[in-house]
Amino acid sequence: MDVDAPTTPEVEVVHDDVDAPAGALTDAAHDEHHDHPSEGRYIAIALMLAVVTAAEVAASYIDLGWAFLPALLGMMAFKFIVVVREFMHLKLDNRVFSWLFYTGLILALFVYLAALLTFRFFEG
Amino acid sequence: MSDVVKETVQDAVEIVKDHAEDVHDHDVHAGDHGHDDHAGGHHTSLGLSNTKLAMWLFLGSECLLFGGLISTYMLYRNRHSEDVGPDQLWDIPFTSASSFVLLMSSLTMVLAVAAAGRKDDRNTKLWMIVTAVLGGLFLSGQVYEFTTFYREGLGYTESLFASSFYTLTGFHGVHVAVGIIMLIATMGMVAKNKISGDKAETVEMVGLYWHFVDVVWIIIFTLVYLIPA
Repeated sequence: MDVDAPTTPEVEVVHDDVDAPAGALTDAAHDEHHDHPSEGRYIAIALMLAVVTAAEVAASYIDLGWAFLPALLGMMAFKFIVVVREFMHLKLDNRVFSWLFYTGLILALFVYLAALLTFRFFEG
Repeated sequence: MSDVVKETVQDAVEIVKDHAEDVHDHDVHAGDHGHDDHAGGHHTSLGLSNTKLAMWLFLGSECLLFGGLISTYMLYRNRHSEDVGPDQLWDIPFTSASSFVLLMSSLTMVLAVAAAGRKDDRNTKLWMIVTAVLGGLFLSGQVYEFTTFYREGLGYTESLFASSFYTLTGFHGVHVAVGIIMLIATMGMVAKNKISGDKAETVEMVGLYWHFVDVVWIIIFTLVYLIPA
């Protein structure tokens, strides 16, 4: 009888361990199936992107002085982020996907900024 | 002693049975959410789709590829002869129109993904074919632009500017062409009901690739065409 006491709980612990990931899996799988925005919202976003593109093109014909470069880069970044977050659903999806994508993006940004600095691109 | 062994074995059998039932319940549950018969096999221990995880990883690595091509162009954009450079060649209204076409193809693609999510095959196929046509239109514009530039004297080996420009925009064009092939192939598979796993997820993967091609063009359009050297 001395042997009986520790045996059963030990086996039950194993059972709990097996059970836990199955529950976690179900919850995470549910997280992936979020409610996507309506078609009307997608059309509104696309129209907004078209307007920003028109503004970009207009800015390239107007003399904005020192504000030209920041304005164009700002509009470019805005369009990029809107497409990635809204159309590619990174806003709603699991954060792991955002980490994977933004890691590549930020790595590229730093590597090539360093390369451009090495070639003294920003000096002249 | 033999009773203890018998009880332990019985407990173990019950535990295995319970676990088998749990796994079955999970598979049925996941199937209810659109993962059909592939529910268990397509997910990592994080509960995320393997396919989607791989696609995002691939897109992250593509940022490095296009980052290299864009920075190479930025370095060499001034290295051209005086009479065949961006000032003489660029046709901003024409490139703006083709940028608009590619931007709208992102809208039609997201509408195809939304239709696939609703299991609406008819609209999924419709929006995918519209996306492929818009992609083809963009690609035609690029071919026209390349032909015009070549006729005006900008060969691939003409200057460092020419080589880096054609390599960057050519690589992007190849990505668009691959996207069109993916769209047509997926559309055919949806039409013939040949997608064995989750149909909505397959369309979504094509969509992720297509949107990425669009965001790369957003950067190329601004840095290459709109910001003067």
